[in-house]
Amino acid sequence: MNAIEPTPRRAAEPPLGLILELTHRCPLQCPYCSNPLELARASAELDTASWCAVMEQGAALGALQVHFTGGEPMARKDLPALVRRAAELGLYSNLITSGVLLDPGSIAGLIAAGIDHIQLSFQDIDGAAGDDVAGLSGAHARKLQAAELIKSSGLPLTLNFVIQRRNAERVPRMLALAEELGAGRVEIAHVQYYGWGLRNRAALLPSREQLDFTTEVVEAARARLKGRMVIDYVVPDYYARRPKACMGGWARREMVITPTGKAMPCHAADSLPGFAFASVTEVSLAEIWHADPAFLRFRGTAWMPEPCQSCDRREIDWGGCRCQAFAMTGDPERTDPACALSPDHALMQAVAFERPEIAPAYVYRRIGAAEAAEAPVEAAD
Amino acid sequence: MSAALAEDVVPAFRPGAKFRFDAVRKAWVVLAPERLFVPDEPAVAVLQLVDGRRSLGAIVDDLAARFNAPRPVIAEDVAAMLTDLAAKGAIRL
Repeated sequence: MNAIEPTPRRAAEPPLGLILELTHRCPLQCPYCSNPLELARASAELDTASWCAVMEQGAALGALQVHFTGGEPMARKDLPALVRRAAELGLYSNLITSGVLLDPGSIAGLIAAGIDHIQLSFQDIDGAAGDDVAGLSGAHARKLQAAELIKSSGLPLTLNFVIQRRNAERVPRMLALAEELGAGRVEIAHVQYYGWGLRNRAALLPSREQLDFTTEVVEAARARLKGRMVIDYVVPDYYARRPKACMGGWARREMVITPTGKAMPCHAADSLPGFAFASVTEVSLAEIWHADPAFLRFRGTAWMPEPCQSCDRREIDWGGCRCQAFAMTGDPERTDPACALSPDHALMQAVAFERPEIAPAYVYRRIGAAEAAEAPVEAAD
Repeated sequence: MSAALAEDVVPAFRPGAKFRFDAVRKAWVVLAPERLFVPDEPAVAVLQLVDGRRSLGAIVDDLAARFNAPRPVIAEDVAAMLTDLAAKGAIRL
């Protein structure tokens, strides 16, 4: 430490995207929801004017895209008004929805407001299995209707399939549906084990063989559909040798705003100890992005421990995921244990190795459900 | 991989893709579903000619008239760039 010369701080590049978690309300109860275990109630949500102010400040700061997510963002009655403001500001608007609240009236409203793209999530391709994950009877059928509505509206459509041990075998059928619907893009996204996903890890984590199968299927489909359909593929970290560039790097590209207005560098950052996230109702987005200690904490590479610090991949994976480092090791500053070079990598391997043969029941995403059930198997020490 | 493209193909932005100038970065950007590209200067010159009506051949003719490079070289560069953006989901060929 040199007390005379403060470390020169280069101004950060502007954010690319704003991820607005408009609400935690959702008709679905998926056991891998990325929302925190402690869900915000409707009465605590930001109002329309506050969300508009967030978008105005974000656009001025340089954000180019806005992602409306939740919970179920369509549970917000003011969604079309927010989409309209995004369009006025030149922000590329992306709606991330379960589709169960989409009907001809609501899609017409969104189109009139200027929505650019809709991403529709599916829990499975098998209706009964999908409804079981969603904890909502009839959800899958409503999603199929939503897909048809989006397709016939002419809007670009992305299908997002969430992959886990109970549906990995059905990835070929998922891709076939996407192709049949003419989706421009499909995400085959294995569950990410944070929040509710971490809570339900034993019930969801696929086997190595299942993962290899989905990888093969995706690679073959990518070759076959090149130039027609983009396939994004996200794998679980538990069989990985290198970590993911979580969020494209901490506070490097995206800014997440929670339903109550907390600004965070990622969806799960609330799980980290010792952080106080600023509220957008009290501090400007520009100040948060450039000066908030929570945003500066893991931005760039200076914070990195070894083996990251001298690794030639440090500006590729940006140290992986801080929330995972904390969840697995108890220390958010350690190398992401997903990396084979991490001294803690054995913790990840042990989870995969100890994966139960028979999947336990889901703990559904409900207010209070996380505390009610017994704590999950957790790697420690 | 730059598969040979016929010159009569008419490139267009895919539905959902937007090409606009960003005043904060002072740069042209391509915005597409979950994608964002900041094309370099030659790519911007190409993309400004992509309007869903001009053929690849017409785009190359236009660039060949303005830039001091042999037409076959330009044709190859343009085809490679558009093929790449097509694979990324921003352009339809």
